[in-house]
Amino acid sequence: MHTKKNENIIEFLLFMSAFITVLTTIGIILVLSIEAFKFFKEVSIFEFLTSKEWTPLFTKKNFGILPLLSGTILTSLIAILVALPLGLTIAVYLSEYTSKKFRDYIKPSLEVLAAVPTVVYGFFALTVVTPFLQKLIPGMSGFNSLSAGIVMGIMIIPIISSMSEDALRAVPYSLREASYGLGSTRLQTAFRVTVPAASSGIVVSVILGISRAVGETMIVAIAAGQQPRFTFNPLVPVETLTAYIVQVSLGDVPHNSLEYRTIFAAGITLFVFTFILNNISYYIKTKYREKYE
Amino acid sequence: MNYTTEIMDIYKETSPEENVLIPDDISVKDDRKYKLTARNINAFYGDLHALKDINMNFPQNSVTAFIGPSGCGKSTFLRLFNRMNDYIEGFRLEGEIILDDVDIYNEKIVIEQLRKDVGMVFQKPNPFPKTIFENVAYGLRIQGENNKSFLQDKVENALKQVALWDEVKDDLKKNALSLSGGQQQRVCIARALAVEPKIILMDEPTSALDPISTSRIENLIFELREDYTIIIVTHNLQQAGRISDFTAFFYLGDLIEMGRTHDIFTNPKNKRTENYITGRFG
Ligand SMILES: Nc1ncnc2c1ncn2[C@@H]1O[C@H](COP(=O)(O)OP(=O)(O)OP(=O)(O)O)[C@@H](O)[C@H]1O
Ligand SMILES: [Mg+2]
Repeated sequence: MHTKKNENIIEFLLFMSAFITVLTTIGIILVLSIEAFKFFKEVSIFEFLTSKEWTPLFTKKNFGILPLLSGTILTSLIAILVALPLGLTIAVYLSEYTSKKFRDYIKPSLEVLAAVPTVVYGFFALTVVTPFLQKLIPGMSGFNSLSAGIVMGIMIIPIISSMSEDALRAVPYSLREASYGLGSTRLQTAFRVTVPAASSGIVVSVILGISRAVGETMIVAIAAGQQPRFTFNPLVPVETLTAYIVQVSLGDVPHNSLEYRTIFAAGITLFVFTFILNNISYYIKTKYREKYE
Repeated sequence: MNYTTEIMDIYKETSPEENVLIPDDISVKDDRKYKLTARNINAFYGDLHALKDINMNFPQNSVTAFIGPSGCGKSTFLRLFNRMNDYIEGFRLEGEIILDDVDIYNEKIVIEQLRKDVGMVFQKPNPFPKTIFENVAYGLRIQGENNKSFLQDKVENALKQVALWDEVKDDLKKNALSLSGGQQQRVCIARALAVEPKIILMDEPTSALDPISTSRIENLIFELREDYTIIIVTHNLQQAGRISDFTAFFYLGDLIEMGRTHDIFTNPKNKRTENYITGRFG
């Protein structure tokens, strides 16, 4: 039945779901901002951004976000160094070399990687990857950003491979034909024509992969240690923004205290971080979308 | 009725020494004088019999036009000459394609090498999303050529051949996609010429272009004949009439008639050809 009334109801429901989503986002930003604002009434932004110590739970309190930021950047960087080469290779292989049939089998099994609960990954990093790496790198501590980063990289491979593959397959076949027609091999065509032509999509996949890594909590909380430390040494314990938020949320810090508000300060930093990443990827996506039209 | 082995009844210069060939001098089986020969070609997409028992010869430095209604197999036939159909799943070929005495479907043939000799221009301009310079230099680069001044020479030459040099010489670093459709197509032709092929295949190269760009490209094809053997698919009969020496008319996978363009258009031997060129079907 396609009555006008039905149409109106459906339209209203659609509007409501969009509206609720937006409302939730606004609510989150509002709460974050209010609590963060209260935090910054007591702690100067200058100290927050420049101090290299983060010790809000100690008697001698320091509120420098840099250690948490460096922990987040370090683990995410390691993750992307693992995920980009592997993910891109998989994407090129799937889009340029395999038949549709094979692809239909392999893709779902790849996506299983994304469906594994992150706590399992964290456990895997701590109990398998770290002991293994310790054999190769003597002196590496039991909690470290290297194994957390590597495992996080494995987790985001499907994000990169499947989005990059979509980008590669969106490159018109006529470009490949042009390349073959000039005497290039499949490999030359893939790396000189298809990958560069899909670069904006690939960059977007990498940014989304990074923003997934930046927001990842469980793996780093379990395997990277919980010691805020301003360092880029991958072998020692660090703490990320997310891991800190979990630590404090689960602890017995009284609500409405300054200590408690630190999680909002860390939260808003995280939010700004991922917000910027998502906007860059959105910008790239829209800017290069109509390239072949 | 078997129309397929009509041979050309007119011959032109094949090489400087041989000058004009006299009719009857050439039979289908006598391929020495031809640059390119297709022999007993049958092609299939799965169960679809797309080309039926086709024989055809192409003299050096000639332009041959393929005409015929949509789906009759022109592109399929054209793409045999640079083995572009090889990638299509379910495609199968019987027969021989002989280029300079060598069967290009021979196992020993390196496809990449073949395609350096047999260039192709496609229906829709398909420049790479790279600079004009890199587009034209692409074929040389993949051969490992990286000498800057050598590439510069080649690119300039190729762009001059397609009469695009004066228009773009100051913008070689501009993305080729920012050019007009006609300019893009000329970049694509220049790109094919830069690797110095012997044969150029063109599949409806002007069908996406405006009349002015079209006539420029027609003039270009006319000039290119001096140095290349050209095969062109076209739906534009006037175009076939203007630029080609020979015309082949296909219908449902059969080669119905082939001959000197002038004869095909003024005095077709077959009723179907006549109907097609007078616009009664197609
Ligand atoms: N990749 C393919 N897979 C299956 N069948 C195909 C394929 N390409 C072409 N065909 C079929 O082969 C026949 C010949 O097609 P072809 O493209 O050679 O015709 P054409 O003469 O070039 O037509 P047009 O003038 O429309 O370009 C058609 O029936 C077509 O449907
Ligand atoms: Mg065609």
